[in-house]
Amino acid sequence: MSLLAWGLFGVDMNVWLDAFLRLQLVVVVMTVTVMFLIYFERKFVGRIQMRLGPMRTGPYGSLQSVADALKLLTKEDLRPSTADFWLFELAPYVTFIPAFMTLMALPFMEGWGVRNLQLGLFYIVAVSGVTVIGYIMAGWASDNKYALLGAVRSAAQLISYEIPLILAVLAASMVAGSLNINDIIYLQDTVPNIVLQPLPFVILMIALLAELSRRPFDIPIGESELVGGPWVEYSGIRWSIIFALSEYALLWGMSILTAMVFFGGWEWPFGTRSWWGDFDFLYQLLLIFVKSFLLILVVMWVSATFPRLRIDQLMAFCWKILLPFGFLQVMINGIVLMYLKDSEVARDIVLFLTSSALLVAMGYVIYWATRQAPREVRVGPEYALGSISR
Amino acid sequence: MALDPMTHERELETIDFNINIGPQHPATHGVFRMVLVVDGEEVVDLVPHIGYMHRGAEKLSEFMDYRQAIGYQDRTEYLAQFNAEMTYVQAVEKLAGIEPPERSQYIRIILAELNRISSHFMFLGAFGVDLGIIGTSFMYAFREREHILDLFEEITGDRLMYAYFRPGGVAWDVPRNFKERVRWVCEQALIGADDLDKLLTDNEIFIARTLGIGRLSIEDAINYGATGPVLRASGLKFDLRRDEPYSIYDRFDFEIPVGKNGDSYDRYLVRLAEIHQSVRIVLQALDQLPEGPILPERLPRLLRPAPGEIYMRCENPRGEYGIYLVSRGTTQPYRLRIRSSCFANLSALKHMTIGHYVADAVTILGSIDIVLCEVDR
Repeated sequence: MSLLAWGLFGVDMNVWLDAFLRLQLVVVVMTVTVMFLIYFERKFVGRIQMRLGPMRTGPYGSLQSVADALKLLTKEDLRPSTADFWLFELAPYVTFIPAFMTLMALPFMEGWGVRNLQLGLFYIVAVSGVTVIGYIMAGWASDNKYALLGAVRSAAQLISYEIPLILAVLAASMVAGSLNINDIIYLQDTVPNIVLQPLPFVILMIALLAELSRRPFDIPIGESELVGGPWVEYSGIRWSIIFALSEYALLWGMSILTAMVFFGGWEWPFGTRSWWGDFDFLYQLLLIFVKSFLLILVVMWVSATFPRLRIDQLMAFCWKILLPFGFLQVMINGIVLMYLKDSEVARDIVLFLTSSALLVAMGYVIYWATRQAPREVRVGPEYALGSISR
Repeated sequence: MALDPMTHERELETIDFNINIGPQHPATHGVFRMVLVVDGEEVVDLVPHIGYMHRGAEKLSEFMDYRQAIGYQDRTEYLAQFNAEMTYVQAVEKLAGIEPPERSQYIRIILAELNRISSHFMFLGAFGVDLGIIGTSFMYAFREREHILDLFEEITGDRLMYAYFRPGGVAWDVPRNFKERVRWVCEQALIGADDLDKLLTDNEIFIARTLGIGRLSIEDAINYGATGPVLRASGLKFDLRRDEPYSIYDRFDFEIPVGKNGDSYDRYLVRLAEIHQSVRIVLQALDQLPEGPILPERLPRLLRPAPGEIYMRCENPRGEYGIYLVSRGTTQPYRLRIRSSCFANLSALKHMTIGHYVADAVTILGSIDIVLCEVDR
């Protein structure tokens, strides 16, 4: 038992006060993390693009996020005169609050979350799906054609990609036999879920990029065509709530969720052990943060180097590839778990083999599908160059 | 009970949606405006609007000395200034009967080809941004473009508006370390082209977004008057540097890359390949670069070409750039008309875009690689 498991400050207190204090702590950590993530992304993308990123505000530009936040706070909060007042004003909160609510069910360390929900995984997936309503509200209320088109696109995209996301999470929770995130983590003390279920992990990462509207799936935002999608008309604090807080908070929350569901949270690779007694939560926190930040790094890396897909290609990818394979995985998991109840080792091996085989099959299907017409003549610089040596 | 279409018409009616892209829009590369009529995401109709950048460069040139009008060429074609200057300067030379010395011919070719490289880099970077890369391709391309612009600054003293070519030669001789600098810049350009090649060419999403998008057949390309990479991507091996060699282009050995499908991907590939070919020309020209004067002896202080007219056309990075010049024997051009390559290429935009999606409209516009100053003149 760790120190914080007894209550926030090691004392018994009113249950509401306790929940309130825990929430406050999460809000503070989230805000700081979001600011760090914005700074980190700018630095990281800058490095990829052979730039330095922010360098002027503070040492190595570390105060850039603070400066940006202050600037955005003091900017005028503009609203188009033709906008629908209530929808326009409320849309940022409808986007942000679900992103924040996902953090409530996450156990950041052993036995410590805001609340330990029996249906934690279900709750997170359900709540994070609400953000799309904020997108549609903003797009409709802005009275702007770019915003409307972006809202319609985001409705199609976010709702479609919700399903592979759910299937991926479901496959992992089937292996654990529980929807409680604590239980899922406890069961990964030796073998993390990514080994048993590589395909759902891949599906989850792809669906995550789509859910977060990040490149290559930033179709609703579409900077080069829709110049910001649903958020075209927003400015100042409202824009920063949407963009900074909700986007990065959701990114952070979902990365932590992935780290917990597929990388064993604080359990793997060290297993349940008490090294530092009451201060075990420190290394647990560290593990969670390292894992989630590695995942965030991957997301940022992908989004810095890939072009954007088109909406029909995006939908086809979801409905024709991710969804069937997600369903297949869930089905196979069900069969395996039904008939291999006795031996845990045999079960694990079969799970690993079937999921890997499915992953390879999905890779092949993607490879095959991308080499259909009109690509019958393989392209490449040689093709344009003819026989010229390069 | 089936719905009666007559009574439910009002409720079920769908209308096409007009989206205005531009003049202030990141995808339009300047101040181009296109009104897309979309049915859902599909483009049904496209109405281009040009003219936001019209400054009357042609008319202004009529009130200038022949040499003063060089500056307007820079400002007209602001991504391939040397190529535009070269066209104009050669037109004046032909009209006035001036033969530029060998050395300045070579210098012109080297600078024009380097400018072609920098212009194509600009395209490669901006095309990536059009497709949604947040700026990685842009930064890669700009690194190389910076090297070339630095070189131009060392030679001409200016980064964009050079006004370095003169009727009869160039304004002054190049610096002593010219050869080494150009060789180094060429190496860097090849490295940068390879980086972009690795980043984009085999990227599945890039291929999915460009392959088969905005196809233009050879017949249509010719009918629209498309030239340059847009025409060559359609498969026609037409390059004025080879088919109608001006200056000393007949002395160099280079290939003309052509595409096959005439889609956005081929236009990208053709430009990528042209970077390699331009480097080839530059290196050959460097080897042959002779010593000697840069301006002919006995060049008149004020040019007074004999009355007459001339049409000079050159292969610019974006296609055929033509100068039609009429002289009445005075010190100023009586009429100067610019045949814009982008204007002709842009006219095929509607033909290429209809039937594609909104996102593809941006891709196709980017693949034409327009310079609005040249379109509107």
